[in-house]
Amino acid sequence: MADIRSNFVGIKSPNPFWLASAPPTDKAYNVERAFKAGWGGVVWKTLGEEGPPVVNVNGPRYGAIWGADRRLLGLNNIELITDRDLYLNLREIKQVKKNWPDRALIVSLMVPCEEQAWKAILPLVEETEADGIELNFGCPHGMSERGMGAAVGQVPEYVEMVVRWCKQNTRMPVITKLTPNITDVRQPARAAHAGGTDAVSLINTINSITSVNLDNFAPEPTIDGKGSHGGYCGPAVKPIALNMVAEIARDPQTAGLPISGIGGITTWRDAAEFLALGSGTVQVCTAAMTYGFKIVEEMIEGLENWMDAKGHATLDDVIGRAAPNVTDWQYLNLNYVTKARIDQDQCIKCGRCHIACEDTSHQAITAMVDGKRHFEVIEEECVGCNLCVNVCPVEGCIDMVPLAAGALDKRTGEKVEPVYANWTTHPNNPSKVAAE
Amino acid sequence: MADGLYADGIAAGRLSGEEYEKNFADLHPPLDRHEAAVEADRCYFCFDAPCTTACPTSIDIPMFIRQIATDNPLGSARTIFDQNILGGMCARVCPTETLCEEACVREEAEGKPVQIGRLQRYATDAAMEADAQFYERAAPTGKSVAIVGAGPAGLACAHRLAMHGHDVTILEARPKPGGLNEFGIAAYKTPNGFAQAEVDYLMAIGGIRLEEGKALGRDFSLGDLTRDHDAVFLGMGLAGVNALGAEGEAADGVESAVDYIAHLRQARDLASLPVGRRVVVIGGGMTAIDAAVQARLLGAEEVTICYRRGQEHMNASAFEQDLAASKGVTIRHWLQPTRIIADNGRVSGIELEYTALKDGRLSGTGETLTLRADQVFKAIGQSFEAGVLNGSTASVELEGRRIKTDAEGRTSMPNVWAGGDCIAGGDDLTVSAVAQGRDAAESIHRALAG
Ligand SMILES: Cc1cc2nc3c(=O)[nH]c(=O)nc-3n(C[C@H](O)[C@H](O)[C@H](O)COP(=O)(O)OP(=O)(O)OC[C@H]3O[C@@H](n4cnc5c(N)ncnc54)[C@H](O)[C@@H]3O)c2cc1C
Ligand SMILES: Cc1cc2nc3c(=O)[nH]c(=O)nc-3n(C[C@H](O)[C@H](O)[C@H](O)COP(=O)(O)O)c2cc1C
Ligand code: SF4
Ligand code: SF4
Ligand code: SF4
Repeated sequence: MADIRSNFVGIKSPNPFWLASAPPTDKAYNVERAFKAGWGGVVWKTLGEEGPPVVNVNGPRYGAIWGADRRLLGLNNIELITDRDLYLNLREIKQVKKNWPDRALIVSLMVPCEEQAWKAILPLVEETEADGIELNFGCPHGMSERGMGAAVGQVPEYVEMVVRWCKQNTRMPVITKLTPNITDVRQPARAAHAGGTDAVSLINTINSITSVNLDNFAPEPTIDGKGSHGGYCGPAVKPIALNMVAEIARDPQTAGLPISGIGGITTWRDAAEFLALGSGTVQVCTAAMTYGFKIVEEMIEGLENWMDAKGHATLDDVIGRAAPNVTDWQYLNLNYVTKARIDQDQCIKCGRCHIACEDTSHQAITAMVDGKRHFEVIEEECVGCNLCVNVCPVEGCIDMVPLAAGALDKRTGEKVEPVYANWTTHPNNPSKVAAE
Repeated sequence: MADGLYADGIAAGRLSGEEYEKNFADLHPPLDRHEAAVEADRCYFCFDAPCTTACPTSIDIPMFIRQIATDNPLGSARTIFDQNILGGMCARVCPTETLCEEACVREEAEGKPVQIGRLQRYATDAAMEADAQFYERAAPTGKSVAIVGAGPAGLACAHRLAMHGHDVTILEARPKPGGLNEFGIAAYKTPNGFAQAEVDYLMAIGGIRLEEGKALGRDFSLGDLTRDHDAVFLGMGLAGVNALGAEGEAADGVESAVDYIAHLRQARDLASLPVGRRVVVIGGGMTAIDAAVQARLLGAEEVTICYRRGQEHMNASAFEQDLAASKGVTIRHWLQPTRIIADNGRVSGIELEYTALKDGRLSGTGETLTLRADQVFKAIGQSFEAGVLNGSTASVELEGRRIKTDAEGRTSMPNVWAGGDCIAGGDDLTVSAVAQGRDAAESIHRALAG
């Protein structure tokens, strides 16, 4: 049986599945339920400085987009950090950690960008015996207008400065949570690294408007006729998050920096992908908010089964394994040639592959052959783009089959070269480097 | 003698009021908005969709389903009506399991087609409830067209001609329009006066005059029509009923299934409609199933369909056979009627002979079987009554005892078109009658414009 215990910057948890700082971790009641359900750790809903807590809107705070059958694909929110009293939160944190010593309990923090404010809160958190802190530099709405959250996360110098203050003022491990609302996520990651962070976590939510109400012409969620951009999360953001995790994992300046992966994780498979790209733990919010805490059972069991099937004994056998395979476009092998192939036994003849290729791509799939409805790839035209695979409703019905070296590519009329060759040396590249 | 359910002979009022109501409620209740959305989401929006190819009226099914999925039911209804102005009725009565839904790729994918018929009903109901009218008459052309028969073929033809600006007169023998929609289709497929509501909905386009109680061959001749109008469309369906050819057929209690159903469809109070305690239905098509099922629903204790060939030869679809079985109808095969057994002139039983296929030909084996019966329904097919053509059979050529037409619905007689059940080579479906009526209208329009 695979061992999925996690040791992330010294923080131990029975599995790598943590709940991200958000409503599911807002108070003891939720977190107790989460631990009972099997979650390995939680990042407590972000705490602010001492004093009257922030207030949330009293109207709707979520917007969403859905796929077929109203499956929730993307959620957006305009919620702020905790709106509960700081000391109430701290008391609960302390009690929960006592009740669940084997689980990871990290406290998310966001206070003004002044050293004094951080100095004030850190001992209070230490006193709870929580396992670590996460610096929320990500919240894209409400707090950023007050000079916190994404307003800090978008300025690498501030990130570095705040991380340094924290490292100087606490013994607890520091995880820096990054905002995706930035052009190059490596910049704040490098800054956090320079400030001495123990790890980064990403992504926080993405600035978004999910929909517009066409009756009153206001963005959703609508508060008294107005709306503001909110933070986007859920399955729709997973590809963005994966890329950002990979960018940091393969950046020589941050290589080896522990990462807690977040963004759209819904199944064990999503989690395994984040691990493979370099995440030591994963954090989940929307999936839990959609289906409840029980999903962690599927995640744990699914991950273990997959690891057993593949012979991966521990998380370390998985973490980062895919990162070296992420490269830049210019290094992709241009001598790798694939052709789509349709398995006629599985094909249900919906014709989607044909119309996609015919209207928008390379006219490489038949619709009629000898007067019969028949969908088959015309190798002379197929550029191997994979569009048909993606629009086919039957998984596994269309395969992309690589041509062996020496085989004839009927589209170009040329034989497939046996050697790797990329754009940097391609004759069409005006700035090609001379081949050695 | 027992009353109610177990009354012997043919008796009315076998059930309670609620039972009648329950038994004759909508067979497939309408989808609500959520159900429609879930179902519409299942459609793959196929290219050159096989469901559309399988639809005799070629409705753009992926498009109308997508319009439902995008919460545009009126747009969806228009997509349907563009091809099939009786899309509401077809949604209820089409044997979708042998048409669009059989062809649906999800039937191949997982044995569960998209419920096209019910989605079609969802959209057309929405439009009819909103009384959304999508078509206007073109400027009057001054041409006049006579249509014989206000069934699906005649109505579809009339609507399309009116759209093109022609003046249409429908001559209908019965006191009510609708044809078999009103008099033939099983009551539980089209409850709540839908057939008349649909006629009103499509007549709203204007330019269509309906004359009820006017029968070709009785009140006017085909010659009158071709003289007084620029074109004529014949959509009279099948007025005749085939005979059993069994001894004693004239006994009381031996009835035409179609006539019986017509009575049922027109009955104000189903409790007043007498039905036998033991009913035998002879036939193997949709009419046999409908008569048998409705006899059961009216409270007949024992209903047996006897068909002279095997199950695989029945015209009724598997779905309909299952429906009959689920309502407690027994279907027996390889039996043909030889003699009606009567008691004081009233049927009391039926003698049938077993049949078999010998060298591809059906013949009796000599062995017989007797079933008790208070009522026997003949459902062995309707026939075209060519007599009404009033001696013009010389000009209106027949083929296999029905009217011969070309692909556009032209008969052999100049300026005369025909469609629906009365023409040769059809499949006796409402939707095909609509397609033929519509296509004949286009052909007439081209002829009149040219
Ligand atoms: C019992 C039964 C159940 C059926 N169930 C289904 C079903 O579930 N689904 C399905 O798709 N199909 C069904 N059908 C078949 C379907 O009803 C017919 O195919 C369809 O109605 C044919 O339309 P039509 O316009 O050609 O003829 P009809 O509907 O028969 O209409 C003909 C019209 O012409 C009138 N007429 C006849 N003679 C004259 C005359 N001399 N002068 C003036 N008017 C005349 C008639 O009164 C009638 O109104 C069923 C048929 C029967 C009998
Ligand atoms: C309603 C809501 C409130 C959130 N509040 C916080 C917060 O207080 N602090 C924080 O660091 N992230 C917050 N997040 C972001 C989540 O922790 C997480 O980064 C994001 O939702 C992406 O993960 P997911 O796709 O699994 O939901 C919030 C998200 C949601 C949906
Ligand atoms: S891989 Fe691309 S080009 Fe080839 S058949 Fe598929 S869609 Fe067409
Ligand atoms: S999309 Fe897939 S199932 Fe549909 S026709 Fe193409 S190969 Fe067949
Ligand atoms: S065949 Fe089925 S899935 Fe395809 S368009 Fe028609 S209804 Fe939709």
